[in-house]
Amino acid sequence: MQHGKYRFIAGFLALPVILYAVFVISPFVQAIYYSFTDWTGLSSDFKMVGFKNYNWLLHDDLFWKAVGHNVVLLLVVPLVTLGLGLFFAFMLNVGGRGRKNSAISGVRGSSLYKVIYFFPQVLSIAIVALLFQFTYNPRNGAINAFLGGIGLESFQQQWLADPKLALWCLMAVMVWSNVGFYVVLFSAGMSSIPKDFYEAALLDGANRIKTFFKITLPLLWDTVQTGWIYMGIIALDAFAVVQIMTVGPGGPADSTQVMGYYVYTKTFHDGQAGRATTIGVAMLIVTLIFAVIVTRLGRRERLEY
Amino acid sequence: MTSHAEPSELPGVTKEDEAPPAGPVRKQPPPGFTPEGRVGSEGKVLNVFSHGILVVWGLLVTLPLLWAVMSSLKTDKQIFTSPWGLPSALHFDNWTRAWSKSNIGDFFLNTILVVGCSLIGTMLLGSMAAYILARFEFPGKRFIYFMFVGGMSFPIILALVPLFFVMKNMSLLNTFHGLILVYIAYSLPFTVFFLTSFFKTLPSSVAEAALIDGASHTRTFFQVMLPMAKPGLISVGIFNFLGQWNQYMLPTVLNTDEDKRVLTQGLVQLAASQQYKGDWSALFAGLVLAMLPVLGVYILFQRQVQAGLTAGALK
Repeated sequence: MQHGKYRFIAGFLALPVILYAVFVISPFVQAIYYSFTDWTGLSSDFKMVGFKNYNWLLHDDLFWKAVGHNVVLLLVVPLVTLGLGLFFAFMLNVGGRGRKNSAISGVRGSSLYKVIYFFPQVLSIAIVALLFQFTYNPRNGAINAFLGGIGLESFQQQWLADPKLALWCLMAVMVWSNVGFYVVLFSAGMSSIPKDFYEAALLDGANRIKTFFKITLPLLWDTVQTGWIYMGIIALDAFAVVQIMTVGPGGPADSTQVMGYYVYTKTFHDGQAGRATTIGVAMLIVTLIFAVIVTRLGRRERLEY
Repeated sequence: MTSHAEPSELPGVTKEDEAPPAGPVRKQPPPGFTPEGRVGSEGKVLNVFSHGILVVWGLLVTLPLLWAVMSSLKTDKQIFTSPWGLPSALHFDNWTRAWSKSNIGDFFLNTILVVGCSLIGTMLLGSMAAYILARFEFPGKRFIYFMFVGGMSFPIILALVPLFFVMKNMSLLNTFHGLILVYIAYSLPFTVFFLTSFFKTLPSSVAEAALIDGASHTRTFFQVMLPMAKPGLISVGIFNFLGQWNQYMLPTVLNTDEDKRVLTQGLVQLAASQQYKGDWSALFAGLVLAMLPVLGVYILFQRQVQAGLTAGALK
């Protein structure tokens, strides 16, 4: 019996573990190893160069530019996305007029709003990026045409071709495609908060803004924190929007260069796989730092409540 | 608490979910009996304000999609001269041109093949591993579990370069089976994580009864446990379907053969080449053709999709 049990365990685990070890674990481990080599990626010979790649990285202007853009993405995209998500979810759940004797209620048709808001989430980021590349098109794109149509020609822009605007255009797309997910996520959290809490607060004279900050947000904090990490990883990636939407390698005058895309060009255009994996390791470090910061900040907030 | 507050309001069951779609605000029924007039009037102002803002975001979400649908039915000339105008006639020939001449049809079939096989493989291997990790004790169990779960938090891009060469050495680059194996491997962390906690919640008495009746472990798994785990399998299945259908980075790097492109990368490369040829209407048509099936699946299964995807973030 015992013998049969172990054979069964081994039989069931073998395939998934082998597959996972070969295609996921081993590349991650190799990445760290390769980051200490001068490997081009084209031939199979390479030698260890110690910390040379890391030293190069510290003095590479383009890398620091990419890090800067990633930091902007990391601060702006989650803040705006989660902020809008919370705001809309609160409106959906608490914004309605009092009905059926309950002081607090959602707006009518809240489930319809949720269905619509979620649309971008199910579309591939590649398709979303393409769609917005067309939308931003200065000649026949929807945005400039709309501005022209309502007499605001002076606001028409080159959008993605303008180094000052390109990164902001990408961020708008990332926010656009992710807000719906957080509206649904936060709505689910909010609807499990007992309505008595709100009714009691309202009868005690609190207005809805106050109830949001004193009741909803503290009770939802765990979800917000998870969402922040999740959104941060999306913001750190940004590979698809940069590769698809902006011109040239990394946007006009490198204005949308990010770490993820830099790894890609270093490997497949410049033939510097060793250096590329170094950038990848740097990206991993930034991710870990970010996750630690968010969890720390989160813990402090929760103690306050 | 006020005496007329309804005690039967269950958390999580919101009445407005059954309400008809949002119509104009003034068509709402008269407000009910509110605990306090002040609350009621604040609610009224807020209600109008809420709907206003919510409608604006609804438009921001839907207008780009509608614009793409509209453009896909226009001629190239119309796209340039009146980007927001309605199409003069419905040019469905753009769609057929995109489907056959621009190979969207082929990309579609490739995607169905790759995602279909990956999804079956992911669900089978994922549930097998999760079942063992949830139900059996053996040395090294915690290590294997954390190895799987740890994969959720690392950026794929870091593994991408070595992965390319792992695939190259195994002659798996630019093959469907190679791509399928990679999709399965990268879907395992979340699948194992989600299903392990799901299998833990299932009662063990049924499985024990089956074993006592003489069923083998394997038979118990396939005939007793898997059917019981159906709700969890559906949630994680939808999650994996959307993730694999929408995957872009992995095929872009690992699958560069023109004939084997999946939908997302095929469209992007088509866009890059078509912009010189200027066949904008076919491009829009391709984009719409790629969007419609996922939106259709989503609208049909929206409850399960929302539940499945949000469960992924909450755990």
